[in-house]
Amino acid sequence: MASLIDLANPTRFMRFSAVVLPWLAAIATLLIVVGLYLAWFEAPPDYQQGETIRIMFIHVPAAWLAMMFYSMMTLSALGTLVWRHPLADVAQKAAAPIGACFALICLVTGSLWGKPMWGTYWVWDARLTSMLVLLLVYLGLIALWRALDDPSRAARAVAILTLVGFVNVPIIKFSVDWWNTLHQPASVLRMGGPTIHPSMLWPLLILAVGFTLFALSLHMVAMRAEIMRRRVRTLTILEAERLDRLAAQGVPA
Amino acid sequence: MSGLLDHLGPHAGFILASYGAAGLVLIGLTLAILRDHAAQKRALDALERRGGRRRSGREGA
Repeated sequence: MASLIDLANPTRFMRFSAVVLPWLAAIATLLIVVGLYLAWFEAPPDYQQGETIRIMFIHVPAAWLAMMFYSMMTLSALGTLVWRHPLADVAQKAAAPIGACFALICLVTGSLWGKPMWGTYWVWDARLTSMLVLLLVYLGLIALWRALDDPSRAARAVAILTLVGFVNVPIIKFSVDWWNTLHQPASVLRMGGPTIHPSMLWPLLILAVGFTLFALSLHMVAMRAEIMRRRVRTLTILEAERLDRLAAQGVPA
Repeated sequence: MSGLLDHLGPHAGFILASYGAAGLVLIGLTLAILRDHAAQKRALDALERRGGRRRSGREGA
């Protein structure tokens, strides 16, 4: 716990992330390459869905990551509002585009899987609609960050909206149980264990871990960029004040 | 290429389009984040060269 609190200091985070990032990215790349090999060359076609089951290997990790990043943003929102954690709103702002991209991948790949299996690219059923709502919430949060100039004001407004939007995450997860949907019920994260054969489950889990580490690497780089952006903003203001003082004293800059 | 399409069966286009779309989105996201990181680093270096000072050190940036 003490080490986590230590990392709350942006300078320590910059030092820590510089060391961890190359390893994280390397492990992510290795897992994705191994996972893709198993998914394409070892996993058999599904007895009902045939070769289209290969879409599952990117669709499912994308769906998990879209929800995971929103959950991370919710924790960061609590960090911003309750504990005023110095890195909380940095983490939240950096996570939004990554989560949005995985939500988009989930929707696009799901649509391309739906057409050959269901006969349609889209239906307004609970699972698909709630995932679309998640993408729209992500886009709304990104727009709100850009609409407000003051980072601390933007952080509080975004944090409140993020907490409100979190109600959608359990709806996505349990929509297939609560309503009759065209989407199949959970087959991996469910009570009673996975119902997928190990020859398909292992590539899926390896790819899920690989994509998670890849997304966390991107998140770390985006957080570093955001910390630097805030330092640039502060230094620019300080420089402008210094030039104003020099101008008032009649000294050339 | 035709061997791969034969192997993937009648829905090869949907499968390849899924992987292509996911690849494009992830490559675009990665490039955008890396470019932003590089731009902020350049801006910070330029400010520090002009005499800007941060409260903390430069470690890891």
